[in-house]
Amino acid sequence: MKEFFYFLSFLAVLTSLMVVVAKNPVHSVLYLIMTFFAIAGHYILLNAQFLAVVHIIVYAGAIMVLFLFVIMFLNLNAETEPQKPLILKVAAGVAAGLLFLTLVAAFKGAENQVAVTGGDSQIGLIKNLGKVLFNDFLLPFEITSLLFLSAMIGAVMLAKKDTPEGPKSKDLKKEMLLEKEII
Amino acid sequence: MDSIIRVIPLNYYIFLSAAIFCIGVLGVLLRRNAIIIFMSVELMLNSVNLLLSAFSAYRSDPSGQVFVFFIMAVAAAEVAVGLAIIVMIYRNTNSVDVNLLDKLRG
Repeated sequence: MKEFFYFLSFLAVLTSLMVVVAKNPVHSVLYLIMTFFAIAGHYILLNAQFLAVVHIIVYAGAIMVLFLFVIMFLNLNAETEPQKPLILKVAAGVAAGLLFLTLVAAFKGAENQVAVTGGDSQIGLIKNLGKVLFNDFLLPFEITSLLFLSAMIGAVMLAKKDTPEGPKSKDLKKEMLLEKEII
Repeated sequence: MDSIIRVIPLNYYIFLSAAIFCIGVLGVLLRRNAIIIFMSVELMLNSVNLLLSAFSAYRSDPSGQVFVFFIMAVAAAEVAVGLAIIVMIYRNTNSVDVNLLDKLRG
C-alpha cells in the first residue's frame, strides 16, 4: 500500500511539473492526462471508487478531449509558444517555491497520525454516495443543472460568429500592437 | 491488504496536495499561453479535490466526496465557457498570448 502511494505521488508531481515546463502545448495536455490518471489511482487507494470512475470519465474523457481539440483547432505548437523573459520565470519559480514553503511550514505540526478508528470502506460506493447526494445535497444538485444550462448557453453564445452587421474586429491584433508601440 | 489510511498519515496527503497546488500556481505565473494557464487552474482544482477526498476517507464522512462531485461539475462548466472565450480571443487577435490582453490596465 505504501509503495502504491509513493509511486502515484511521484508520478502525479512529476507529470504536473512536466505540464508546466513542456514547450509544446500538446505535450502539456498529454502530461495532464497522466496526472489525472495518477490522481484517479489515489482515489482508488482512498476507497473512493465512484469518484475515481467519474474523475476519469469527466476529466480524461471530456475535459482533456476538449483541450486537445481546441489546441489542434488553433494549430498551436512549440514555435508559436510565447515565452516570458528569464527574470520573470525566476521570479515565478521563487514565488511558487515560497508558497510551497509556507504551506509546508503551516501544516508541519498538523495531525501526524494514521487513522486508528473509522476506515469504513463502504462510503465511496455509489449506493451510499447517492443516498447522501439525494438526501442532504438535493438542492445543490438541482442548482448544478441550472449551472450546466447557463454554461451551455454561454459557450454557444461566445463561440458563435459575429453577426454580419456586428462590429468588425479582424485587425484587432494590429490595433493592439500599434497601441503598444505608441505607449 | 491493509487500508491506506492505516499506513499513511493524513499529513502526507496535505503535503502532496500542497505540492500539486504550488505547481499549478507556478504554471499560472510562468506561462503566457492562455490554454496552459487554464490547465494549471485545473491542476489546482484537482489538488483540492484530492485533499477533500482524503479528509473524507480519514473521517469516514461521505460529504467530502459529494463535494468533490460538485467541484467536478463546476470545473466542467468552467472549461466549456473558458475554452469558448479563448477561441473567441484567438479569433479576434490570432494569438492566445495573455500579454496582448492588457486593455484594462490603468
